[in-house]
Amino acid sequence: MKDLLLRGGRVADPASGLDAVRDVLLREGKVAAMEIPGQIQAPDAEVFNAKGLIVAPGLVDIHVHLREPGQAYKETIASGTAAAAAGGFTSVCAMPNTIPVNDSPEITRWMQAPDRGASARVFPIAAATLGSMGEALTNYSALKDAGAVAVTDDGKPILGDGIMLEALRSAAKVGLPVIQHAEDTRLTGGCSMNAGALAFRLGLRGMPVEAESGLVERDLSLLKKVKGGHLHVAHLSTKKALDAVRAARKSGLHVTCEVTPHHFALTEERIGLYDTNAKMNPPLRAEADRAAMIEGLLDGTIDAIATDHAPHAAHEKEQEFDRAPNGITGLETALGLAISLLHVQHKMPLPAVLALLSSRPARALGLTGRGALTVGSAADVLVFEPAERWVFHAADSRSRSKNTPFDGTEMQGRVRLTVGDGRVVFRAPR
Amino acid sequence: MAQTRNPSRKARQKPSAIPFFQPALFERPIHPRSAISSNDFSVAEVRRILMAADALEREDPLRRAKRLAKRRVALLFYESSTRTRTSFELAAKALGADTTLVSSLSSSIEKGESLKDTGITLKALGAECIILRSPYSGAPYLLARATGLPVLNAGDGMAEHPSQALLDLRTILQHLGVRAAAVSETCLRGVTVTICGDILHSRVARSNELLLPRLGAKVILCGPPQLLPETAAGMMPGIAIERDFDAALEQSQIVMMLRIQAERLAGLQIDLDDYRSRYQASAERIAAHAPTAVILHPGPIIRGMEMVSEVADGPQSAIAQQVHNGVPIRMALVARALSGEKKGGRR
Ligand SMILES: [Zn+2]
Repeated sequence: MKDLLLRGGRVADPASGLDAVRDVLLREGKVAAMEIPGQIQAPDAEVFNAKGLIVAPGLVDIHVHLREPGQAYKETIASGTAAAAAGGFTSVCAMPNTIPVNDSPEITRWMQAPDRGASARVFPIAAATLGSMGEALTNYSALKDAGAVAVTDDGKPILGDGIMLEALRSAAKVGLPVIQHAEDTRLTGGCSMNAGALAFRLGLRGMPVEAESGLVERDLSLLKKVKGGHLHVAHLSTKKALDAVRAARKSGLHVTCEVTPHHFALTEERIGLYDTNAKMNPPLRAEADRAAMIEGLLDGTIDAIATDHAPHAAHEKEQEFDRAPNGITGLETALGLAISLLHVQHKMPLPAVLALLSSRPARALGLTGRGALTVGSAADVLVFEPAERWVFHAADSRSRSKNTPFDGTEMQGRVRLTVGDGRVVFRAPR
Repeated sequence: MAQTRNPSRKARQKPSAIPFFQPALFERPIHPRSAISSNDFSVAEVRRILMAADALEREDPLRRAKRLAKRRVALLFYESSTRTRTSFELAAKALGADTTLVSSLSSSIEKGESLKDTGITLKALGAECIILRSPYSGAPYLLARATGLPVLNAGDGMAEHPSQALLDLRTILQHLGVRAAAVSETCLRGVTVTICGDILHSRVARSNELLLPRLGAKVILCGPPQLLPETAAGMMPGIAIERDFDAALEQSQIVMMLRIQAERLAGLQIDLDDYRSRYQASAERIAAHAPTAVILHPGPIIRGMEMVSEVADGPQSAIAQQVHNGVPIRMALVARALSGEKKGGRR
């Protein structure tokens, strides 16, 4: 692998607080040197002119659905991580709702094998219970040894108090977080959007806010009983649940949480006339909830922006709203949306935005050596143009699926180059 | 496009989260002479449709049958229906069109063919207009986008049933002595319409809620909280909720009764004895609180539940007239859908 010298870019590393113009030398998969411009001598290195661009740690997405094994027609690990690279992500955490469910060390290892042809580092998140059936725990220490970084039954929330408590205890013993998709499914049967006036108007059944906040509150009360336990709340979408997390954090509980770009960028209004590309779970909420997500990002309550990248084939989304599957793709629009909404609109400093997409998610799930750009760290680097406005076109996506509500949306901040473990995994077409 | 003429959609888009947000490009246009929502019709258009219904009803049947001679209309029914299906079919035939019925019990739908593919197939077979009934809210938009054809909504899930709202309006106007040509933003000023029953699951209620207030009517919704959430009043200005049926009746010139849609209750528990005592249109209640009101029901009636036979068949009932009005209204909608240029390439 040839050395790569990124010349003259503004290095923004939220982990160390560095925000200055530097040359960066990448060698053998590591950051080998970082110096003020002109200092590094590397005559054999390929040079990338990063002048006027931002050089940041490769982004970390702790919630993606790569659909492999089992649903290659939606996405493969290769295509999903190619989309990740195009979006500036060099590390992705893959959810276990594959076919079969990733509840074993074998599948966990299989997902990380070089044969998968990944363009980003894949960190599997394993099922918390066998088959994600919510009945018997999987083997957490064996899964951790195989490379799993957390356990979850995402999409099939763990409702039973006893089994959830057991999961928190066992995970604490081996030092893994338990990730909960907080949805009390006893309150959401047959629902396909947020509850409220719009759901009534459209004749669709709505998921109440309490289905999310209620389960978060239940989980937090269980977490109190578990010494060393770590709960991570996936894709928060309601003010009520966010307030519960904020209060629990203040009381000293180890709880972290993430929010998706669509939940801070869009409201349920985006459904329009039954657009299934605005159907996901949790659903898009009302404006007050969206505003609360922005506030939680600005005040630091929310630890991470995670995409919940959920590819589905066109024929699956081109169905009646109630029948279409939940989820949207998100890897290639996350950075642009975060910059547009948080930095441009709400004046959040760029390094803080980048922290939400790199160092803080890496810390939340304990991905050591990722989400940082310092000498000796993995050569995971994102180079982007922070001021460029561009229009995202779903047809250009690297993902196998094009189910996004952001087709045709203009955003600011465009990826120029992505380097994963020292290898160029994405270069913007010029 | 239907969307651009849709006032509630415009209103909904206003508080867009992102200032630079642009709606998705993928939304393919919907044929402008579709009838999917009551919102698809401006007041002027409502007037034109009602006038067309009058004219078509009066027209000599032989001349009328030349209007859409040999044009092809498909009826695609995923739910059972008596009134709506029959009257749409009679309406299309009265205009001379060839009709074909595809229902979920006798077609590839059963084998899992998607709505999109079924629509494309019907179009390839020469259908120029599709009349759709679906258990899924919003399904007509999917069919209209997939085919580009005018789609007439014969009821979609809990969402809308616009032809029913138009025939209800025709019935109301006939009772009030208002001519179709006089339909305007104020033609129902001073008129109060109570809709009572299972509002939550009713597409008829929604289509009427979106239509009647725009003509000046006051609409009162009545029913228990499980079947009538507070959010229902937010659909449009001019809609109020009154849980006391007697109080609602006292104010109303028109009373529309709805059945409890057992097939959509999804586990909801209703105490039926209590429901009857509070919300049934009984002979005594009507005599005491609305002795001159016109009583409507979109059918099917569950006699002894929301309404007793003395009321359904009594002198205040306009239920048979509603059924009768189905054919002229649907003739007007089918004629509207197929108006304009004749499709080329037909044999
Ligand atoms: Zn989830």
